[in-house]
Amino acid sequence: MQRRVTFDNRLLPYLLLAPQVAVTLVFFIWPAANAIWQSVHLQDAFGLRSEFVWFENFTHVLGDPNYLDTLKVTVVFSIAVTVLAMGVALLLAVLADSKIKGARAYKTLLIWPYALAPAVAAVLWIFIFNPDIGSFGKGLRALGYDWDYRLNGGQALVMVILAASWKQVSYNFIFFLAGLQAIPRSVMEAAGIDGAGPVRRFWTITFPLLSPTTFFLLVVDVVYAFFETFGTIHALTQGGPGKATETLIFRVYQDGVVNNDLGGSSAQSVILMVIVIALTAVQFRFVERKVHYS
Amino acid sequence: MKQTRFIDLVPHIVLIVGVLIFAYPIYVTLIGSTWDSATIGRGGLPLWPGGQGAANYAQAWAGEAGERAIYTPVRTMMLNSLVMALSIAVGKIAISILSAYAVAFFRFPLRMAFFWLIFITLMLPVEVRIIPTYKVVADLGLINTYAGLAIPLIASATATLLFRQFFLTIPDELLEAAKIDGAGPVRFFIDVLLPLSRTNIAALFVILFIYGWNQYLWPLLVTSSGDMETIVTGITKMIGTGESANDWHLIMATTVLAMLPPVAVVVLMQRWFVKGLVDSEK
Repeated sequence: MQRRVTFDNRLLPYLLLAPQVAVTLVFFIWPAANAIWQSVHLQDAFGLRSEFVWFENFTHVLGDPNYLDTLKVTVVFSIAVTVLAMGVALLLAVLADSKIKGARAYKTLLIWPYALAPAVAAVLWIFIFNPDIGSFGKGLRALGYDWDYRLNGGQALVMVILAASWKQVSYNFIFFLAGLQAIPRSVMEAAGIDGAGPVRRFWTITFPLLSPTTFFLLVVDVVYAFFETFGTIHALTQGGPGKATETLIFRVYQDGVVNNDLGGSSAQSVILMVIVIALTAVQFRFVERKVHYS
Repeated sequence: MKQTRFIDLVPHIVLIVGVLIFAYPIYVTLIGSTWDSATIGRGGLPLWPGGQGAANYAQAWAGEAGERAIYTPVRTMMLNSLVMALSIAVGKIAISILSAYAVAFFRFPLRMAFFWLIFITLMLPVEVRIIPTYKVVADLGLINTYAGLAIPLIASATATLLFRQFFLTIPDELLEAAKIDGAGPVRFFIDVLLPLSRTNIAALFVILFIYGWNQYLWPLLVTSSGDMETIVTGITKMIGTGESANDWHLIMATTVLAMLPPVAVVVLMQRWFVKGLVDSEK
């Protein structure tokens, strides 16, 4: 945990820590504590008095069928985005890692979408799939398919899933590639000599050896789908039509900022905090174990 | 010569399809930014560039009124995004390297308490605490300021952890030698540690710049005036509900300009960027 040799200085370490600790206290700990405080209080209409209401805000939020719908949308959305982004990235990474011509060029051409903001990715998808101006959007309508994600909830969900996964593939690709490159060539060659074909080699050797990377990406992608896709959804569908693409984070924004319901939004924030803490804990337990065995 | 079999071409075909899926929307946007809004609005965008490119970019850059609305000039939004991204990247690196130095090279009471305090921020992404954080920023009078855009996002456990991990690999002998030579902690930091951390700083800078440039929810909340608009939130405001009668030519030109800095950073600094990403996340 610490070095054997250190400096002896009484004041300096505190000075060095001061900026980060100050920012953390003011913009992380204090607001988080505030959210927790708000979540067990009910404010009157003028914000003058607040009353301690135990878990009333939580039972209210969790008892709201709309919230459960939002939760369902979030789960479907997160699973779809995670599976799609990881599956496509793994396929591309395995191919780009094999000894083929132009592997370097392929890598560069697949890495750059990492630089795009989730909201910008959504905007690009609008350019293509908008039923009025997009080539694919118009094409689908020309084929007789009633395509309009602005009116059809199912289509809207498909759109946000595809746009969000599209943006996340490059991130997964980078990590899968790093994971693949860490697998010793000799292992693969030995299996090749033993007569295992490429598909068999993948499932019996590559895939198990990649499992730390896969697990890491699983957590990262779920966190991405939960939080960072706010931009994708806000730019593409605004959570609509109806509430067809409203995820948990979008609802916190909607209730807290647009509808100004502090107690309810804080209770939702606290629920989200619990989810993040659980995900982070899972990730760290796993990382620790990996460090043990490797 | 071995004959090329079809099966050998399959990986290439799959990879090319993959590359095209990522490149096509960008191509469409580039092409769209060189046509007029009527052509795009009709949905009749050709696959080759039009002649409006220079005019569109000039119009978007200067923020002259489009046919339907007046927008914040792209040069203002780009400047705001640039200031935000640079402040976040530089600020994060500065405060993390200092706190990592304290935690790794000093022994002092409450050291672990501080470490955990920093560590816990990992579990509180800005999205989770948006409304109370917004309130703090509003109470401090930082709405519509660069400080309000950047400071709440600069505390980061990941950067601190990365630096700390790197500092722990520095041999004790180096520190002992510095001490014998009479170097104090400040001297050691400036003359030894900073030069050794150069690669880590560069790698982290690339990632944090992109992170800062791509912020969405936070700028959406803390900026309400057009002259503080960042480019990523600015685009979606231009699109609105996505009617066909939008100034699509300006929107597409703005989108191209919004993508340019982060994509350039990734492509030009690919090696550092991949290293930084893989190191800082593990």
